[in-house]
Amino acid sequence: MSEARAAEAVAAEAPPLRTDPRGFVVKALTSMVRGALPAAAVLVGTSALGAVMIVAAVGAVSLVSFAIAWLKWTHLTYTTGHEDIRVEQGLLGRSARSVPYERIQDVSIEQKWLPRLFGLAEVKFETGAGGKEEISLAYLSIAEAERLREVVRERKEGAIEAAPAGMETVPDREATSQVLFAMDNRRVALFGLFEFSLIIFAVLLGAAQQLDFLFPFQPWEGDNWRWLVAGGEAQIAGIGRTAQIAALVGAVAALVLVGILTGIVRTFARDYGFRLDRTAKGFRRRRGLFNKSDVLLPVHRVQAALIRTGLLRRRFGWYGLDFVSLAQDGARTPHHAAAPFARLDELWPLVRAAGIEPPADGTVWRRPSPRPWLYDTLLHGLFFAGLGAAGAYAIDSALPLVAGAVVVVATVAANYLGWRRYRHAIGAAQIFLRQGTLAPRLMIAPQVKLQSAEIVQSPLGRWRDYATLNLGLAGGKLDLRGLRLAEARAIRGAVLDSIGAVDFSRLPG
Amino acid sequence: MDNGAGDGEALTPLHPNYVKVVRIGTALMAVPPLAVVTVWEILGLVPRGVVIVPVLALLAWMIVRLPLRRYGARGYSMSGDRLRVVRGLLWRKDTVVPFGRVQHIDVERNPIERRYGLATLVVHTAGTHNASVSLPGLGEDDALRMREAIRDKIRRDTL
Repeated sequence: MSEARAAEAVAAEAPPLRTDPRGFVVKALTSMVRGALPAAAVLVGTSALGAVMIVAAVGAVSLVSFAIAWLKWTHLTYTTGHEDIRVEQGLLGRSARSVPYERIQDVSIEQKWLPRLFGLAEVKFETGAGGKEEISLAYLSIAEAERLREVVRERKEGAIEAAPAGMETVPDREATSQVLFAMDNRRVALFGLFEFSLIIFAVLLGAAQQLDFLFPFQPWEGDNWRWLVAGGEAQIAGIGRTAQIAALVGAVAALVLVGILTGIVRTFARDYGFRLDRTAKGFRRRRGLFNKSDVLLPVHRVQAALIRTGLLRRRFGWYGLDFVSLAQDGARTPHHAAAPFARLDELWPLVRAAGIEPPADGTVWRRPSPRPWLYDTLLHGLFFAGLGAAGAYAIDSALPLVAGAVVVVATVAANYLGWRRYRHAIGAAQIFLRQGTLAPRLMIAPQVKLQSAEIVQSPLGRWRDYATLNLGLAGGKLDLRGLRLAEARAIRGAVLDSIGAVDFSRLPG
Repeated sequence: MDNGAGDGEALTPLHPNYVKVVRIGTALMAVPPLAVVTVWEILGLVPRGVVIVPVLALLAWMIVRLPLRRYGARGYSMSGDRLRVVRGLLWRKDTVVPFGRVQHIDVERNPIERRYGLATLVVHTAGTHNASVSLPGLGEDDALRMREAIRDKIRRDTL
């Protein structure tokens, strides 16, 4: 079977091809529009040169763009081989990229208006690589683009047909969707209480800056405030100690109230009607009051589970669950919120639904070596102490020394607590990492979903035998700090063995 | 010093020409600062020899000695199903990429590398950390052979 297919593939091996010659015209035109027109605009705008010179300059820029586009076009070839698509390019240096068919997840054909006029398209091969690297061919005729898409599809189908039966099927084929987690208004309001935020003051300050012309006085003029300091101070001093304290308490209370209200409003706007369903295609999440969002995350795309909480909310037993995946959940939140505010018993079923097991009762949590934290404390502490001493000497005042001492104490405390809270566990199939003082979190990553393993040792680490193990996670970060070198190597070996057992294209759902 | 040959497997050193390529690269980078310092010296902006002598000494060390040490610190090994890349003089990095996680593979040659018959192999993974791991200083044929081997492995795994 595979030999017959291989023979067919040999027959189909194509010679290296160039992109469509009209593509070079399009590219030259695009770069000309980008380069020559602004240049002309600048020249006309400053009227530094006569009309003839402007035309000559624009002509020269156009000529250069055409020449570059021509050279680039002649030096780019692509080949559809038996196993991969290869793109070779480069004038002085050569770069050859090879994309195995098995790794191509999608072929998209994109037509912008200018190439469209020429009947051309850009073909992009999506592989799901972690960086911003993608492979595209610009520009091909529509027919050639369609042909490439067909070639990729055929090769991929061939590979999937040959796959052992049962590996591709999703375990449960229930067509109906099932609610996994939902938040009612009470829950959202309670969540809002913990989302205390003073961002409103930043917004107000910004608005004040923009809209100061609306004020009855000039807020940015010092003179307008001096009366308050001169007269107002006396006024405040005159109202008596009790009233002063009352005013202070009132101000703090107002601040807290505003912070809590802001938190509730923001949480309602974001998480109103939060609902997570399990559908045949994956996790479907709906939420939002003004901007409603409806996001689908296929189960096999979940790379790891992240359970996080805060000091205060942990005291009341509230946690949040994120799914780590390559898909980004909005610009500011890198992970996919699956249940932002829930009890632990509510979270574990969700974690299991993503094919991830919670830590078992007998899990052995290992403490890291304190050395990296100790040396961080020493280095940073010495730096801030030195800075404080130098500052104190320079301005002849003890204040910088006090500030330096405060920072040093904070560094020591942060590093000590950071080390105390940091622990990992290596399960049979998963890696657990628990860390964080103010925002404790637990990451659970199936070993089979990891992409690479790197041991990093600083000069101090080589001297004092500690290392960091960076595990490549698609869409997240999983670094184990404070391991002995031998330990790091042992964990890496174990992880690599479980990775080696399953190919990327075959990762279980 | 640990030369990275832990894990009970020997590392393959890079092509000896890698030293030359690094030297040329460093020398090219050294041209602008050297020009600035030379101009200072000629114009007499700084006391004679106070700046240019240390700069020349540093550059000489960076061009003659450092590439040798960097060469010594680098190495790779390609066993059955994984590629291991070791690098770094001060910060030692020892990266392993299983072939089963390679998304696509680049073989790059810049003009200097071409002159010395070298190539850089870059493997891309889906991980956010170590999204692309590059291995410079391979002989051109070695790089192509390694690319074929990784690709064949991917093919065999998915068949």
